[in-house]
Order: sequence, then structure tokens, then C-alpha cells
Amino acid sequence: MIKAANQIDWYLSNFEIFQKSLNGEAGSRIHAIRKAAIARFAELGFPTTRDEDWKYTDVAPVTRVQFEPVLNYALNGVSTRDVERLTFGQKWARLVCVNGHFSKELSSTSSLRRSGRGIWIGSLAEAMKSASGMLEQHLTQHARYDENAFSALSAAFLLDGIFVFIPEKTILKEPIQLLFISAGAEAKFVSFPRTLIVVGNNSQVSLIETHVALEDNVYFSNAVSEVVIGENSVVEYDVVEDESERSFHIGNTHVHQERSSTYTSNAVSYSGALVRNNVTAVLDGEGAECTLNGLYVVADEQHVDNHTTIDHAKPHCNSHELYKGILAGKSKGVFNGKILVRKDAQKTDAKQTNKNLVLSDNATMDTKPQLEIFANDVKCTHGATIGQLDEEATFYLRTRGLGLETAHDVLTNAFASDVINRIQAPSLRDWLNVNLLIRLQRAREKKEM
Amino acid sequence: MLEIINLHAGVQGNEILKGIDLKVDVGEVHAIMGPNGSGKSTLAQVLAGRDSYVVTEGKVLYEGKDLLAMAPEDRAREGVFMAFQYPVEIPGVSNTYFLKAALNAIRKRRGLEELDAIEFLSLVKAKAKFVEMDESLLHRPVNHGFSGGEKKRNEIFQMAVLEPKLAILDETDSGLDIDALRIVADGINKLRSKDKAIIAVTHYQRLLNYVIPDYVHVLIDGRIVKSGDKDLALELEERGYDWVRESIEVTD
Repeated sequence: MIKAANQIDWYLSNFEIFQKSLNGEAGSRIHAIRKAAIARFAELGFPTTRDEDWKYTDVAPVTRVQFEPVLNYALNGVSTRDVERLTFGQKWARLVCVNGHFSKELSSTSSLRRSGRGIWIGSLAEAMKSASGMLEQHLTQHARYDENAFSALSAAFLLDGIFVFIPEKTILKEPIQLLFISAGAEAKFVSFPRTLIVVGNNSQVSLIETHVALEDNVYFSNAVSEVVIGENSVVEYDVVEDESERSFHIGNTHVHQERSSTYTSNAVSYSGALVRNNVTAVLDGEGAECTLNGLYVVADEQHVDNHTTIDHAKPHCNSHELYKGILAGKSKGVFNGKILVRKDAQKTDAKQTNKNLVLSDNATMDTKPQLEIFANDVKCTHGATIGQLDEEATFYLRTRGLGLETAHDVLTNAFASDVINRIQAPSLRDWLNVNLLIRLQRAREKKEM
Repeated sequence: MLEIINLHAGVQGNEILKGIDLKVDVGEVHAIMGPNGSGKSTLAQVLAGRDSYVVTEGKVLYEGKDLLAMAPEDRAREGVFMAFQYPVEIPGVSNTYFLKAALNAIRKRRGLEELDAIEFLSLVKAKAKFVEMDESLLHRPVNHGFSGGEKKRNEIFQMAVLEPKLAILDETDSGLDIDALRIVADGINKLRSKDKAIIAVTHYQRLLNYVIPDYVHVLIDGRIVKSGDKDLALELEERGYDWVRESIEVTD
């Protein structure tokens, strides 16, 4: 174990190595951001459970390991066949990163690039060279590096990732998948999956962000996504985390919504030893609508923490939130839902629900609503439940011939389907349902439920 | 087919069934009547395998096998079906999905091949028609948001699909309007056959106007105190349960 000061030094010295590897970038605007971010990181240090926002999640298991930042692109044995499996057999556009670095050879974007509609999708590093104006306006401007140590680190080591620009009046029928693969076992590594999505006015697009591992490695995935949605546009954003059982995943997602825009997120966490997701949506225009749905399924000694913040900055905005958790083994879940209603945000309608299904006696769940309301004509409701499988329903199913385990699986799947069924892509829904049952079966074999 | 011998059962040390003896043969319809709290529903639940009731004495033989030793799902797979007095709502599980899993579990036990999606769908459509159930209910979550009558009809529909050998109907007629009652009764009658048996637990006589029982038993205070044919039900309707109670006291 290393001490707190050394943990910071570790990243500072790695930043020096990183900086030296960048040729001719010292004077660039992006490098100025990196330097400011690492300075901010040194100032902040890693959070501890004494910080209110991190009270139930101790990040020491992440911060005490000396993870090597991945500074160069390498395929690390990832094959096209892996990618086909991880895209659920679908032919939709896919943007693939291996350990945070964009992989041109694994990605498939030609259909959209050639469409002549002004769509820009591809590597963030490439965009930094050719689309720098747009990046300047948005990159690191929403997920601000001064917020916490993890977004500061992401900005400090900012090198590559995924950039998607959808111009105005563009309706895409097929989703675009952003696939982040962790692969390679040589050293314990940290990657910085980074995404910037900019959607113009009056457009519609679905994105699927997946984080997966090819091996059961120890690594740290420190992800940051920024999603900017123009007026009257509709965005569905599905996130699937299926990291290795021994990995750490910390995600920061920032959504910026303009007038009358609609954002729907369905975020599913299936794996990772320690997962923390911060999702912040700023409703920065009248009539914006934001829906955040989440599902987390944990077993063993897994820890998953979802912190959401919905910032109602303008009047007449709606937000709905439904987060559901299934906990087995000695797992631990945390949900913190913050709803901020600013002084001008009259006629806000916000609803938040967190429901948990606890399948073992040793799992724990901490859930907390956090409402901060400064306007006086608003409607805000919240509710949280923690319960077990319904015995009446179990008995009913058994009297019809379903075995005890099948009955439990059916009921657990039904609990999860509330979130899974909101996802538009049938192939993704199927994959989530099948993998949920695999997880339940595994937990049962280990006698964790 | 079913033999209940000196069955005692209760919940949390409180004895509800105090020595039930009943023999049901194939092709027979038995009605079990009784006032509130007499133990009618407890008997149905014990036969279906509800584990919140503890059997303290006696045994139940089903086709010669020890029924009480079987898990609820094994009873179902062996052909026992209970229509619930209060069918459970299961949000998130579609009626057809659930019924397909149930039917295939039962078919597997019977050594039959599992039905595929197409075969199953044509079967359930036919059965839905048979019990005059709206097809739209097939795709809705199990009993979720169903009216009282729809729930009861759904029980009869499930029975029609699963084709049990022994059906136990726990107050399936309660709370139904006359049209729904007729449909439920029709459904039951269509399932009557010489190789099946039905136990209809009921509070009221009116179901028995449509489903004519071979035997009527009166359950009071956890015991069957009187048995007879369909005329006994009519007599009960006319004279009430107090009449039976008094007559027991006289014979005691």
C-alpha cells in the first residue's frame, strides 16, 4: 500500500513522462488544459469517505494501486471477431477504443462518414487536429476538471477517445455504438475512455456506450463523457458496464441540454469490483426533458455507487429518474440522487425513484435523495424501496409448475425489465436479459442468494 | 385419485384443519362449502403446497403418492392445479411468457416435447377463445391491472392450458357478476371429464347451479361435518350453516 501523498506523486510523475512523449504540443491550447488539470488534481487529491459525496464509497482500493497510464495505442490482441460479438452482431456504426485509444482498424464508420450530411465521427485525437474549433467550445467545458480528482486526471491525460458530431436536422435511425475495450495483462493499467458528443438543433440520435473487458484483469477505467444536446433534439444514451470482475470503473458523465431537448439515458452496470458513476444533467433551456434510468446488478464483494445530479436551471423542465438495483452476495450498492432546482426554474416537475431487490442477507444498500430547491412553484417527488423477492408471487409461479430457481429468476428478470425494456435496440435488450440470468446463476452456484 | 386422511394443519401453532377425511375419485366433482373461517381456503392452500401452513398430523395421497412431501412445482407437474381465490399480480412477467414456461415444465414431466413459440401461441389462442378471454390479456403482465373478473377468468384459462388431472378451485366464483360466473362455470364444465377430478371450494351455492357436483361436503371449524349430494347445497342455501351446526350438536 502507498500513502496518500505518494498516490498523488505517482500520477504527477507519470504526467511528466506523458508530457515528454508529446512532441511539439507544449504550446497548444489542449496542453494548457492538461497542465491546469494536473495542477488541480495535485490540489484536490483523491476523495476520502470524509467527503460527503464519497461517504459510502471508499476509493482507497483504486488509489493505492500504482496503475500505469496507457499512453500509446496497441491492439493488445483484440480481434474483429471480438468486436462483432461485443456489438451484438449488429452492423450499426461502431467506434472502438482499446484502453482509451481509438482503433481505426476495429471501428466501422464509413456508412455515416460518406453520407455527406456533415456528420463527424471518429477519433478525438484526430478531431483535435481538424475540428479544433468545436472541441474548444465543448471539450472539458462540461465535465470540468476542477470538480473532482477523477475528471481532473482524465483531462490531464487527455490524448484520445471518441468524438461524435451530429449536425442540425439530422435523424439517424440506427444507433451508434461507442465500444471501450480493456485488454492486455502485462501491467496494471489505467485507461481514460473519453467521449464527446455534440448534437445540433432538431436532430435525433441513439448512442450505445459499452465498457467491456476481454480478460479478467486488474485495471482502472477512468471514463469521462460529455454530451451536448442542441435545441429540440432527442438523444437516447444507453450505457453498459461489463468490466472485468477485478477492475475499477469510475465514470463521469455530463449532459448539457438546451431548450426543448430530450435526453433519455439507460445505464446498466453488471460488473467491476468497484464502480462509481457520476451522472450530471444540466437542463439549461426551457422545456427540456431528462430521463435517467439505471440498473445495477452486483454480487460477491462488488461495490456499485450511482450518484446522479439533475440541475434544473430553467423553468418548465421535467426530469424522471428510475434506478433499480439487484444485490446478491456481500455486495454493496449506493444511490444518491441530487435534484437541484434553481431560483428561476419555476414549474419544474421532477420525479425520482430508487428500488432495490436484495437477494442475500449479507448485501447492503445505501440510498439517499438530495433535494435542493430554490424555486417556489415546483413539483418534486422521490421514493426509495429496499425489498426481497415477493413470496406470494414465487408461490403462485411454483403452483403452475415453475421450479423455485426459475420462479426467482423470472421475478428478478421482471424487476430488471422495467429498465431493460426502455432500451430501443432489441439486440441489446436480449443481451442484457441473457447476461442477467447468467449472473444470477453464477451467484446461486456460489451460494450467494 | 386423492385421499385425505385425518389431516390436521395450522399456522403459527393455531390449528385450523382438525382432522379432514376426504376421498376423491377420477371423474368426480366435489364441492366443499362452509362459512367464513371454517378452513376451506386453508385446505386448498395445503393441497397446493403453501409452506406457511404446517401439517401436524395425517396424510394426503395423490395417485398413491405422498402429496405433502412434494414441492409445489412437483405437485403442479404431477397434474394438481389450484385456482387462487386472490390471484397474484406479477408486474413485468407477461401472461404468455409465464404460461409457456409453466406448460413446458409440465410437459417435460409428462415425457412430452416442449412446444415452440408458434405451437404455443396457437394453443393459447384456442384456449383463450374456449374460456372467452380477451386475447389482449395474453400479452399483459400476469394479472397486473386485471379486474376481479378478469383475474378469475385468467385462472380458468391457465387451467385450460395446463390441463391438470386434479383442479382445486378456491372460491373461483366469489366476487363475479352473473355473466362472468357463467363464463367461469362454462370453462369448468368444459374441463370436466372422466379422467379428471375437481374440488370446488365455495362460499355460495350459486356456482353449483352451473357446475353440478357429485358430492357436497360441509366444512365447519376444520372438520367435514356433513356430506351429501347436490341437494345438500340447496338446503344450505335455504337454511344457512347454523342449521348444520345445530344438527352436529344434537348428534354429539
